[in-house]
Amino acid sequence: MSEEAQGWGAKLFSGLRKTSSRLSENLSALVTKSNLDAATLDEIEDALIASDLGPAMAHRVRERLATTRQERGLDEAGIRAIVAEEIEQVLAPVARPLEVTGFPRPHVILVIGVNGSGKTTTIAKLARRFQEEDYGVMLAAGDTFRAAAIGQLKVWAERIGVPIISGPEGGDPAGIVFDAVKKATEIGTDVLIVDTAGRLHNKRELMDELAKIRRVLGRLNPAAPHDVVLVLDATTGQNALAQISTFQDLAGVTGLVMTKLDGTARGGVLVAAAEQFRLPIHAIGVGETLDDLRPFDAGELARAIAG
Amino acid sequence: MFDSLSDRLGKVFDRLRGRGALSEADVREAMREVRTALLEADVALPVVRSFIDSVTAKAVGAQVLRSVTPGQQVVKIVHDALVEMLGAETAELNLATTPPAVIMLVGLQGSGKTTTTAKIARRLTAREHKRVLMASLDVNRPAAQEQLAVLGEQTGVATLPIITGQQPVDIARRALQAAKLQGFDVLMLDTAGRLHVDDALMSEMQAVHREAAPVETLLVVDSLTGQDAVNVASAFTRQVPLTGVILTRMDGDARGGAALSMRYVTGQPIKFAGTGEKLDGLEEFHPQRVAGRILGMGDIVSLVERAAETIDAEDAEKMAAKMAKGEFDMNDLKAQLQQMRKMGGLGALAGMIPGMKKAQAAMAQSGMDDKVLIHMEAIIGSMTPKERAKPEIMAAKRKIRVAKGAGVTVSEVNKLLKMHMEMAGAMKKLKKMGGLGGLAKMFGGGGLESMMGGAGGTPGGAMPSMADLQKQLGGQLGNIPPNLFKK
Repeated sequence: MSEEAQGWGAKLFSGLRKTSSRLSENLSALVTKSNLDAATLDEIEDALIASDLGPAMAHRVRERLATTRQERGLDEAGIRAIVAEEIEQVLAPVARPLEVTGFPRPHVILVIGVNGSGKTTTIAKLARRFQEEDYGVMLAAGDTFRAAAIGQLKVWAERIGVPIISGPEGGDPAGIVFDAVKKATEIGTDVLIVDTAGRLHNKRELMDELAKIRRVLGRLNPAAPHDVVLVLDATTGQNALAQISTFQDLAGVTGLVMTKLDGTARGGVLVAAAEQFRLPIHAIGVGETLDDLRPFDAGELARAIAG
Repeated sequence: MFDSLSDRLGKVFDRLRGRGALSEADVREAMREVRTALLEADVALPVVRSFIDSVTAKAVGAQVLRSVTPGQQVVKIVHDALVEMLGAETAELNLATTPPAVIMLVGLQGSGKTTTTAKIARRLTAREHKRVLMASLDVNRPAAQEQLAVLGEQTGVATLPIITGQQPVDIARRALQAAKLQGFDVLMLDTAGRLHVDDALMSEMQAVHREAAPVETLLVVDSLTGQDAVNVASAFTRQVPLTGVILTRMDGDARGGAALSMRYVTGQPIKFAGTGEKLDGLEEFHPQRVAGRILGMGDIVSLVERAAETIDAEDAEKMAAKMAKGEFDMNDLKAQLQQMRKMGGLGALAGMIPGMKKAQAAMAQSGMDDKVLIHMEAIIGSMTPKERAKPEIMAAKRKIRVAKGAGVTVSEVNKLLKMHMEMAGAMKKLKKMGGLGGLAKMFGGGGLESMMGGAGGTPGGAMPSMADLQKQLGGQLGNIPPNLFKK
């Protein structure tokens, strides 16, 4: 496990290196100065903005730096520590892994997000993780819209070796979801993960469809869906906040997963999101293979952003 | 939630408009707002800096032309700088080569390459009557090749038969051969999504590029992209000679911040904008219009073009003739409603019409959606032919009957009647302004500038204000049916 953890850590860090080096370039320049002047603080703020924290959140971190500098003479490491600490303080309360708690079974997880955010791949990774924890897993192919989306999930289901409930392309996803819950209840599956079609959050009809899927789930099992996981793409900028807000209003998001953190994108918008919405962050995706989904670690991401 | 860029700039300039003279302090204050707005709109930081610097330099000490407010002057400077940065002209695909012309699409995972491939293929087939072959080189994502095959069936575009296990470079070679042998004009290569830090996949992309020697290598980018846009754009630019950028998901509520970043970093034109999952959701990227849209002036020209494509030419002629006389009855309204639905519904339209952004938000809040259009049609459907021709005869009893027939309340019937009256009123005003011909010319010919010159009469070539035009029309612009502008 520890070796594995190192593996993903290395992956994450290799991706984060660029951000870190950018930030440390800026921070290194500060060491020679005895005092943090406004221009230097501006630089720090800009470095944070470049990590997608957003102007408001970056400004907050800057303000904190401006006040702490009187307390002690800060060297480069000190500045980084404070940046990391500030970010971790925001992120730590929302770090919470996805647990299988639903009873009676199945524990139903609805996975939603905009197109191309990585829902299907994330579902496969989640399924693998639950399977490794000895839970019985079933998938429901609720994306009946995108061409070959069902096929994509089927390939994953086959590779992992879990059952999948699907219908025809263009069919009613609510019907498939109904069948899946029924089947999962019958055979006593622990976890049912439901894929949905990607949808932009400003498309009302599609958001209505999500609400319908929710209703159908609740009909068979009042507690379902136990989790509504919004998948966010790390390359997304401040629009992620609009996504969270709308999906929360219309689909009752209960937690977040951020994908594609193995690139140069920092996902700094998570910091702003954590402060604004206080939704749990369950996991992060750091690659395309099945083992590239990891529990979210606030300190790790904070340190990575701060260099 | 933060305001979208156009709202934000709108607020800033509203305030500026209210003042008599434009001081340096005013400009700086406005630029602070512009900076924050641009950052919130996900324009990348280096791009924001460069933009703000150039705009500030131009705005401070700029001669304020007579008869425009200082605010309008700043709007013009900001607008011009936006247009300049976005690229001044619409860029077309370059297919001038010995066939097959190869078009290769590259980008990150989930940016929308496969859908865009099919959209471009459909467009080249339908509009330019090209024979197009599509091939997917994506051997990584499960069922990616099947997805393109399905899209090929939907669009009636040929796809290269799938050979399981074949590697991307080999597929590219086979596709090229097939395209040559079978006499295709265009070969579209859809590649696997790849991270720009993934060396193995990046060199694979280079290998494919060498093999296929494409005339167009297009970077597909999600318009929701944040600060990372700079990294992505510069990494891909270093690896392959890009010839253009395609921005997808422009139908989202992101206002095009990534467009600025992409244009700035790649130095290549943005050739298309993807607008929706449907396969006709691909538009040329018009820098002028997007700059206008960012500034909250709306995207009237796109609206007109989409109307032109959707609307039956004969119907349009009939309608134009009636409108030229200032006539507009319930049958016309019904036709308008049907066209609105065909054109993508209320949401899509409202986003393009200047001054309608607030209406769009209100619509979303009040739960108004495309069902409203259907209800309106039902109401008109429940009227007698006489009532449709002369809506003014609708007395209380008739209203009750119609409401029952359509399954709605009388107040909904009243709303529709009021809307019709307003639209008919706008028609009459237009007639007074010189009729349809003049307006159509303004929209079709000289673009925004001349439209403004003609309608608002804003002198001095200053940044024209849509508000002026709207005032001229008695604030009814939003209600004017789109095919009004069709010649």
